[in-house]
Amino acid sequence: MAKNSLFARLPVIRQLRQSVGLQRGMLVAGLVLTGLFLLCALLAPLIAPYAYNQLKGPDGNFGAQQPPSAEHLLGTTVGGYDVFSRVIWGAQTALMVIVVAVALSVVIGVLLGLVSGYLGGWVDRVLVVVADAIYAFPTLLLAIVAAIAISGGQSGLWPGVMAAAVSITVVFVPQYLRVVRAEVVRVKAEAFVESARVIGAPTGRIMFRHVLRNSTRTLPLIVTLNASEAIATLAALGFLGFGIEPTAAAEWGFDLNKSISDVAAGIWWTAVPPGLAIVLAVLGITLIGESLNDLADPRLRARRRASRTPADAVAATQPVAREDLGEVQ
Amino acid sequence: MQYVMTTDITAPAAPASPASPAARNRRSGGSSLGRYILVRFLLMIPTVLILVTVVFFLIRLTGDPITAALGGRLPADQLAERIHEAGYDRPILVQYFEYLGQILTFDFGTTITDRQPVVDVLVTYGGATLELVCYALIVAFAVGIPFGMIAAAKRDRWPDAALRVSAILFYATPVFFSGLVAKLIFSVWLGWLPVSGRADVRTEVALNRSGGTGIYLIDAIATGNPAYIQDVLLHAVLPAVTLGLLTAGIFLRLVRTNVIGTYNMPYIDAARSRGVGEGRLVRKHAYRPALIPIITVIGLQIALMLGGAVLTETTFEWKGLGFQLAAYLSARDFVAVQGIVAMIAVIVAVTNFIVDIVAAFIDPRVRY
Repeated sequence: MAKNSLFARLPVIRQLRQSVGLQRGMLVAGLVLTGLFLLCALLAPLIAPYAYNQLKGPDGNFGAQQPPSAEHLLGTTVGGYDVFSRVIWGAQTALMVIVVAVALSVVIGVLLGLVSGYLGGWVDRVLVVVADAIYAFPTLLLAIVAAIAISGGQSGLWPGVMAAAVSITVVFVPQYLRVVRAEVVRVKAEAFVESARVIGAPTGRIMFRHVLRNSTRTLPLIVTLNASEAIATLAALGFLGFGIEPTAAAEWGFDLNKSISDVAAGIWWTAVPPGLAIVLAVLGITLIGESLNDLADPRLRARRRASRTPADAVAATQPVAREDLGEVQ
Repeated sequence: MQYVMTTDITAPAAPASPASPAARNRRSGGSSLGRYILVRFLLMIPTVLILVTVVFFLIRLTGDPITAALGGRLPADQLAERIHEAGYDRPILVQYFEYLGQILTFDFGTTITDRQPVVDVLVTYGGATLELVCYALIVAFAVGIPFGMIAAAKRDRWPDAALRVSAILFYATPVFFSGLVAKLIFSVWLGWLPVSGRADVRTEVALNRSGGTGIYLIDAIATGNPAYIQDVLLHAVLPAVTLGLLTAGIFLRLVRTNVIGTYNMPYIDAARSRGVGEGRLVRKHAYRPALIPIITVIGLQIALMLGGAVLTETTFEWKGLGFQLAAYLSARDFVAVQGIVAMIAVIVAVTNFIVDIVAAFIDPRVRY
């Protein structure tokens, strides 16, 4: 622990070391799937044989709804695009949306949660009531309404990515607010916050230096769960026709929507590949999130045999060691 | 007055806030059920108000709905005339308060594309969505609860692993994709089940002629014709299973976590030391307290299902509220979208209210 302590304390790495058996298997499977997804997203131009909006090759047009062949590993779509290439490029679009959506919701949600929890008063009450109201509402409908507001419903690459990301952010912010607020309210009552106040530290410094740093332990978990939800929401928006135009970028949900009529005709290759891509990407990220969740909860954590390390015997009897949860001391 | 109440109510919603609910309990005196119901009822008002406000202003950010729906198809002067006629050229705040007033009288606007009151859309298509959500809930309960208990009983052994992975798989698969795959396998390749729709054309005509509830199963039973009943049920299988399995995965996880949680309670140890068998421990002792969280999340799940219903209905051409919403979306009829979404907000708020009351009856600890 002492040698590579920084490395070992990184969120996912320390859980990987902590896990055993089935839980480790799930975490590793999740990491592998997510790694694949990231590789596809980052190396899309190298992996994909064609561009996402390419309609013709050297020997003329690809043709519509061609079955899988040597030139087109997974056939072509109704619109005459190469399915395999669009699946690979779709990872890139999904990754962009995840990054923007998660970054926006973490920043906004954490700030609001911090203000709400630390300052309290009427700001807190209003924010909590608003967050609860939004939280109880079907996320997809809210995302649809937000997408209408942002793009009016149809768009190119960046407007499309931003529309999807911001719609997802609107849905996520209440979750971050609730979680961070609950933590802040707990940490606020700790002695070190009180002593900081007694010394005369300004409110801003207490909030960001003392409270915030100790209130973020559950964030990696929510980030992973929300990242997978972001993929699903993006695909659902695309499926309902709020996707990104096929000429601007590849998007899995849009392609699935176009394949509804193919399925009735027995054409499987336009529907299954983008769908599987969504499932695998969501599955990978969800497996990581689930494992983090189980490992953070001592009731659910599978334990190594007590004889292996003395520390585990202690961990088995004491609910949660503070450092176990990745808290900055 | 409102603020005083909200502090009391948000506590159960966010149980992590340690602001000593016990002290609050004492302060609120006898914590009578009647007071709880009243407070819960009044809390619906800000919830609906907030949602309707958010939806109204978000949709209006893009401009007026008439231009969105008909822009480019009508000459500019006719467009301006229709905008003026509908009052969309007035200040937004005036329109907002007028809209609030309309909602108070259950007037959710009139669609632009087919000039129908949104409330009529609900009456015509709501039954279909209600039917689908009910079927899906039955599937979710029938699959999620027993398998969640099995997973908890076989914790960390292979049945648990298999069940948890499939629960995550159900959750990870978007309903529209699982719907498409189910359709491909069971309808197109095997030919066992109908591809789409709520009933065959013949059945549909017969059921619509006899009038009735719009809930086809009830209508079909009312006709007494077994062929209709069979037809309606066969059409419901794939959509119900598709939507139900999504929630089943969530129920499974919840039951598993909670049964494991209650499994560590002293009273379980006590029962075990009396010689109660492991199977009976799960079935009789651990599972009942583990069901309470399910009742409390069911409100959220129903809200989720309404969202999932939009996608399921589109996939299976199940002509319900969600299918209609998707159709209005692609027609860019934002008045209809706003009306349907606002109506769903009211439905969700009322459902949550009912669920809270049911939860309070079942678990006395919920009452604050």
